Amino acid sequence: MAVSKNYGAKRLVVGAHYGTMDFIAQRITAVILALYTIVLLVGILVMPGFTYESWKALFSFHVFALPLGQVLATLAFVSLCWHAWIGVRDIWMDYVGAMGVRLLLQVLTILWLVGSLAYFAQIIWRL
Amino acid sequence: MSDSAAKPRPQFRNISPAEILSYRLPLPGKVSILHRASGALLFLCLPLVLLPLLAASLASPESFANIAAITGNPIVKLILLALIWGYLHHFCAGIRYLLLDLHRGIEKAQARKSAGVVLGVSLALTVVFGLKLFGAW
Repeated sequence: MAVSKNYGAKRLVVGAHYGTMDFIAQRITAVILALYTIVLLVGILVMPGFTYESWKALFSFHVFALPLGQVLATLAFVSLCWHAWIGVRDIWMDYVGAMGVRLLLQVLTILWLVGSLAYFAQIIWRL
Repeated sequence: MSDSAAKPRPQFRNISPAEILSYRLPLPGKVSILHRASGALLFLCLPLVLLPLLAASLASPESFANIAAITGNPIVKLILLALIWGYLHHFCAGIRYLLLDLHRGIEKAQARKSAGVVLGVSLALTVVFGLKLFGAW
């Protein structure tokens, strides 16, 4: 659909495509999480033994100077937060009709996830 | 006409919580609501259970060794078992939904079958991990 003047008073504010970005983001983050799950699983299976050192290395291994273990874990966790945001927001939109309560729950969801992200970063990046 | 008049079918519109148990969902519907429930469970437990466990497992060799003591508690074991099931169900059902989004297996019979596979595989894997958790080997 071509909208020649999609701004100002003529800006399209309703339509059938406002959820498409979220739909796609939820699927892409799902694929990232599934892949990272498999990476961790393979990592655990090829460990010489389930020791503290090898468990720690799973999240803190370096490739040359690059902290790849931490970077991959962080990317996966950001994907997790984005994925969970869309899913939990959908739950509130489905079951909570009162707008004020829904807004409050959505704000709490964001705080919950951003707090988790900070906690995760602190765990991972001090290794 | 006469059939529907003779035997009225139960109607469910905006069902109340009390009606949930009597509402018979088809198998794919059960997988769907369990996908949502397991996602919500994982969301709630993320900073309460999962991240503290990850932190303890990575903080030091001593706290890593102490994980066994923490998970020795039967209540912790049950919570972990629920989370293991939640992750496995969400993972398996999620792969099914990705395939459905790619228009794989959208025929009714196939979709019903794949819903059964998701339930079965995730429960079987939960049993395997559960036996490990409860120290069967």
